Amino acid sequence: MGMLKDKDHHIVPYSVYINVWLALLVLTVITVAVSYVDMRHVAVLTAVFIATGKSMLVLLYFMHIRFGKPMYMVMILVVLAAYAVFIGLTFFDYGFRA
Amino acid sequence: MSQVSSAAGGHHEHHDPEANKIGMWLFLFTEVLLFGTLFIAYAVYLNWHRWDFMAGSHELDKLMGATNTVILLTSSLTMALSIGALERGKKALSLIMLSGTLLFSFAFLCVKAVEWTHKYHHGIWPDAEHLGVLPYGQQLFFGLYFTMTGLHAAHVIIGAVVILFAMGLVARGKVHQGRVDFLENTGLYWHLVDLVWIFLFPLFYLIH
Repeated sequence: MGMLKDKDHHIVPYSVYINVWLALLVLTVITVAVSYVDMRHVAVLTAVFIATGKSMLVLLYFMHIRFGKPMYMVMILVVLAAYAVFIGLTFFDYGFRA
Repeated sequence: MSQVSSAAGGHHEHHDPEANKIGMWLFLFTEVLLFGTLFIAYAVYLNWHRWDFMAGSHELDKLMGATNTVILLTSSLTMALSIGALERGKKALSLIMLSGTLLFSFAFLCVKAVEWTHKYHHGIWPDAEHLGVLPYGQQLFFGLYFTMTGLHAAHVIIGAVVILFAMGLVARGKVHQGRVDFLENTGLYWHLVDLVWIFLFPLFYLIH
């Protein structure tokens, strides 16, 4: 009786979610571990880099972007591009203040 | 062709899961920009008061932050599994996983409450006298800390209420194998709450 005719509706194996969760835990351990290394200015950059990797895993697998219509990926990229413009314009101002 | 219409017995229902999903994503984008502007404020002040931010970060409890990260990541797993279970028609398993997510959301809030209590006893609290004598950059750091983790905690509470509501719908069979979109959208919201924490945790707890 289910709407199984819907081809877009990909049923993801449980193991995929469990593997993604394990990868997220490993990345969490890594980000905590590297925080004990004195990296001065690259500390924040490293933290953001690892967090970006983690959020890509969440977006692609838990939030089904990998399995859904490409339109959602396009929407997300447009939002991220707009956000990048905000950041760029903000630092174009604050970055050059005395 | 993803809408499901049923005209049985003169009863006509229009249901469009794809539209619901697009609407949910548009809402999530407004959430991204809400937290996004706060992250930009964080970035600007970090740039101006880097050493104060690092000193402030040193005051936060890494272990509690990491514990909450693991709790939220696991709650995201049980959320994803509950949707997977319902898609396979396994209602009981779906409800078990959802109660797991709910339990983890309470655990997260409990850890947060313990943390804030510790900070309170150390005189670090919005408008505290001790906070006023700290270097300006540290005041900004703790101001952003309470604003951003507070706003995030509010989202956890809202998410928990929505999950409870979704559990009711699943239990009563209103949300089922052929109609999972409400649960999927609940999941999207919950994963976004997790995403925000993925950035909050290292930027506040790990930058010293």
